[in-house]
Amino acid sequence: MTSFLSVEQLTQRYPDGDGGELTVFENASFGVEKGEFVVILGHSGCGKSTIMNILAGLSEATEGVVIMDGAELSGPSLDRGVVFQNYSLLPWLSTLKNVTFAVAARYPDWSREQVIAHSKKHLEMVGLNSDVFNRKPSQLSGGMRQRVSIARAFSISPKLLLLDEPFGALDALTRGTIQDELLKVWAGTEQTVFMITHDIDEAILLADRILLMTNGPYARVAESVDITIPRPRSRTEIVDHPNYYAIRNHLVQFLGIRSKEMAGKTDNADNRPQTVHIDELSRSATNRSKIAI
Amino acid sequence: MKVLSLNQRAALLSLVILVGGLLIWEAAIPAQKLASEMTEYERLTGAGSAKAGVPPPSQVIAKAWEQLSNPFYDAGPNDKGIGIQIAYSIYRVVAGYVLAALIAIPLGFLIGMSPIAYKALNPFIQVLRPISPLAWMPLALFIIQDSEGSAIFVIFICSIWPMLINTAFGVAAVRDDWVNVARTHELGALRTAFMVILPAAAPTIVTGMRISIGIAWLVIVAAEMLVGGTGIGYYVWNEWNNLDLTSVIFSILMIGVVGMALDALFGMLQRFVAYNE
Repeated sequence: MTSFLSVEQLTQRYPDGDGGELTVFENASFGVEKGEFVVILGHSGCGKSTIMNILAGLSEATEGVVIMDGAELSGPSLDRGVVFQNYSLLPWLSTLKNVTFAVAARYPDWSREQVIAHSKKHLEMVGLNSDVFNRKPSQLSGGMRQRVSIARAFSISPKLLLLDEPFGALDALTRGTIQDELLKVWAGTEQTVFMITHDIDEAILLADRILLMTNGPYARVAESVDITIPRPRSRTEIVDHPNYYAIRNHLVQFLGIRSKEMAGKTDNADNRPQTVHIDELSRSATNRSKIAI
Repeated sequence: MKVLSLNQRAALLSLVILVGGLLIWEAAIPAQKLASEMTEYERLTGAGSAKAGVPPPSQVIAKAWEQLSNPFYDAGPNDKGIGIQIAYSIYRVVAGYVLAALIAIPLGFLIGMSPIAYKALNPFIQVLRPISPLAWMPLALFIIQDSEGSAIFVIFICSIWPMLINTAFGVAAVRDDWVNVARTHELGALRTAFMVILPAAAPTIVTGMRISIGIAWLVIVAAEMLVGGTGIGYYVWNEWNNLDLTSVIFSILMIGVVGMALDALFGMLQRFVAYNE
């Protein structure tokens, strides 16, 4: 297991309320390399958010382990930054203080000035300027709040950045601008990112690799689709890339048809996702049945 | 004509109601007849002797002016200025209230954080809470053997419940998202309590504190009527025994004014800790 982040045989079961058990996902295994941007796609109820919470250390899997950088994860940590869908800013703190408290927690030896300068730098990186620093989150638009949240996550330079449908609550136009901001900020770092989304176009724009999950119960990560579109990408240009619609069609087909067909329990002990590499440029849309790791 | 703002019109209406009310009150008090105007019969039946009636507002205002221009005089145990009496009452309220807060807020935190503590303590709270605070008075007098201490205890016992219940409720209702923010940033238990849970629950806690101070001020008047000696409650009762209804009405008004000031103080605190999600 050489991956930076390696999820091994993760299983989550909940009591179903009738005395039985509901298995959300079973034996989900996949890896994420250092510096990689991985997006996970799947229908509601397949356990994406549960996987996210397990990676964040906020909940525990019924079975299986997650190994990051050679050590097993247990509990939440500053090594893993989280951007939640509902921003999760503390409403009684100003924009700046919502970042400084995180920076101060990450770098306890820093002086006050250092903490403030570092926080301001990251707020400016996501396109926020000094006139919003002293505003409360309630005085910001949804897009600005999510920028603050992203700035906070990047400011602590976590080993793994977890984005839980970060743009789900935003309108389409705002979502576009913030995706661009995110790409810009991410491009300047070696940040490893693991993100959940429902939006196929967003996934293609941002990801190096997309993990596809089958429907629950007994969901699993079935495929790992390489996004063979070179960076830097921009939303207006990637649609002209020959691979764009090939990949997009593959994803739509999966979510529309195969996620249902492949759903349910498998006896296959090796549940690693199949790598799908679509490259129209080399005229070979191949389904290499290679193990992803 | 310039149209007055809503507030100005409301203030004007308040003033009209005040003046109108005072005039009706003044007019409703029958004047005392002079002895020379009385018939023989009236003089014989004692109508001429000083009759204790409800005083007109003009007398109350004169009394208020007299008392408030020298609020802190002390002419012996039964004749102290209104300022001294109110100061005693406020001292007892503050002492009992602070003791209650010192216990209610940490205990409320515990109950709010721990479902088992909540379930274990809830029956006790539910039984103790509806007890009229004055019902504790005999027991307090017997155990504490001191009227001052007993009054403070009664304030303590009446102001503890709203603070305790609201703190527990506020702490239990802190959104998981905010607690998760604290957890993912590795804040310790103490820093989580002070940086996340306390500010998140503060509006609910302060609401409980505001209810408590209101109840404490209601109860202190009754408590002081019982324990006597000093305080605004004692003053009301003492003036009733003196048949000085002017002073009774004046002190009733003062109780209202001080209660309003205490409430306004907590109103300010409430605005200070409030936040919008």
